[in-house]
Amino acid sequence: MIELRDVKKAFNQGQHNEVWALSGISLGIEAKRVTALRGPSGSGKTTLLTLIGCLARPTSGRVTLHGRDISGLPERFLTEIRRKTFGFVFQQFNLVKGLSAIENVMLPAYPTGRPHRELAQRAEALLERLRLAHRRDARAEWLSGGEQQRVAIARALINDPEVLVADEPTANLDTALAKEFMAILESFGAEGRTVILTSHDPLVTESAVVGRLVDMRDGLLVEHHE
Amino acid sequence: MKSWIEKQRHLIDFTLSSLLRRRGRNLGLLVVYSLLVFVLASAMLYSHALRREAAVILEGAPEVVLQRLVAGRHDLIPPGYIDKIGQMRGVQDIRGRLWGYYYDSVVKANYTFMVPADGSVAKGALVVGPALARQRGLEANTGVSFRAYSGELRSFIIADVLPQASEIASADLILINEDDFRAFFNYPAGHYTDVALTVANAKEVRNVANKLSKLLPDSRPILREEMQRTYASLFDWREGIMLALLSAAILAFAILAWEKASGLSADEKREIGILKAIGWETGDVIRMKLWEGGLISLTAFLLGFVAAYVHVFKFGAPLFAPVLKGWAVLYPRFDLVPVIDGLQVATLFFFTVFPYMAAVLVPIWRAAVTDPDAVMRS
Ligand SMILES: Nc1ncnc2c1ncn2[C@@H]1O[C@H](COP(=O)(O)OP(=O)(O)OP(=O)(O)O)[C@@H](O)[C@H]1O
Ligand SMILES: [Mg+2]
Repeated sequence: MIELRDVKKAFNQGQHNEVWALSGISLGIEAKRVTALRGPSGSGKTTLLTLIGCLARPTSGRVTLHGRDISGLPERFLTEIRRKTFGFVFQQFNLVKGLSAIENVMLPAYPTGRPHRELAQRAEALLERLRLAHRRDARAEWLSGGEQQRVAIARALINDPEVLVADEPTANLDTALAKEFMAILESFGAEGRTVILTSHDPLVTESAVVGRLVDMRDGLLVEHHE
Repeated sequence: MKSWIEKQRHLIDFTLSSLLRRRGRNLGLLVVYSLLVFVLASAMLYSHALRREAAVILEGAPEVVLQRLVAGRHDLIPPGYIDKIGQMRGVQDIRGRLWGYYYDSVVKANYTFMVPADGSVAKGALVVGPALARQRGLEANTGVSFRAYSGELRSFIIADVLPQASEIASADLILINEDDFRAFFNYPAGHYTDVALTVANAKEVRNVANKLSKLLPDSRPILREEMQRTYASLFDWREGIMLALLSAAILAFAILAWEKASGLSADEKREIGILKAIGWETGDVIRMKLWEGGLISLTAFLLGFVAAYVHVFKFGAPLFAPVLKGWAVLYPRFDLVPVIDGLQVATLFFFTVFPYMAAVLVPIWRAAVTDPDAVMRS
């Protein structure tokens, strides 16, 4: 569903501190599978994820979503695609402090203008599913790491996106919590949701849940393991 | 359309909760801002009401009022005094006036009793000012009694209540029949409180005053144009104060705006980054922040303005006491009639709400246009 063709990404282009984070990546990502990007630190995983998730535009090359070229779209359209198609779970979870768990979950849906009651119901159901119903009114900063992550997952799902994007989802979790995350991931796989994540945690990359593993190094793909 | 409204609702909800989350800071901002509006609005309402009062009073005042002095103090006009003036060139009318103050121990207030020139109040009747009517619960055809200077209680029938055209001129005024006045105050027959002279030609007024001073060395002529000048200098002085206030307020405001403009807190910036990453458009973020600024400035404006209104019209602008002291020479106390000028309100609104909104917009815009992928790297 997502195709990348010779995608390159430079930061601070033309300046003395120019960095080429991606130096030519061609990759197809299939729908309804869990794809994992693996590689050493600085290999460009996060950068690639931002391009796939419409958070940033490539310096050159093309990104297509369902056959539509999205690499040159203005920010407004990118935002809309991002909101409709992608749900994000960030490494630091990035919940908004001071807001309750359920308010955090509902946040990405505010610009859609869906009725409040409908949103609250959906958020409630998501928290329920992630076994967090009892923490719905707890403030984000009072939640444990695992709880924060599950709130972040619920938030990523509020707009019912086709694709869930997660950057280093287990980096801040202990083994037990990481295993729990994999269980949640498995249920998404069973639902036929598309998941793209980065990780260098063997617990994730070696897991049977991951349908496809993409190795990266120095901004390039290493080779494909099928 | 429906979802647009729903979206705005969400934005406002979120705005309100963010305002509450940063309660301390926003309350501080609100207080400073309201204070600014309060000072400006007080000065504005006060000067406007004052000018109006002055206009109303002077409109009905005679060109020259003659007071007799004894050892430098205002004393009664004895019989025959008015005849001494006799015919004088340029003077249309000479008339002895009867008025005085009365302390009502029931409501602990001072009234001004006055005999109208046209003798329009019948014996046993009173016409009272609106403030007094309110205080004592009076209306037409009700009865009221006051303890006279002789000590006995005297009853009157209220013939009418004056319209609330000008508080200074009529709020605590009681119009009374001449015979009643003299009897009530034990006022010696043939005496008057002062003398009013009507002079049609403005150029004659000085001459008349000079002649009066020569003719009656123990008297003091008070000219309407002098009163006008007194008011004018009062206003000029007050306008000077207002200018000082204004520049101080604007300076404070500039500092406030600069504080706002020089940066959102790290927390706020992070929050904006998160909102952008999870699918809020730059426009949504800006709109939300504008709601925030708008709510603060509107609330501050309303609070400040209402406080100023109460300060000026309910409490007689105690913060402007020095100016009021200047007035007390002419009038012992007064409440201003509430007058609000739409244009003035609009001006004040423009000079407080508008620059604030402009000042907050810049940093918000700067934060809102950051790349949404920045959050991935925090
Ligand atoms: N905004 C930026 N400005 C400048 N350089 C950047 C920026 N973002 C990333 N880089 C550089 O691009 C390269 C790839 O970074 P990226 O974050 O994609 O790597 P990564 O594989 O996700 O690493 P990690 O495993 O440590 O998260 C790095 O050398 C990084 O320093
Ligand atoms: Mg990374």
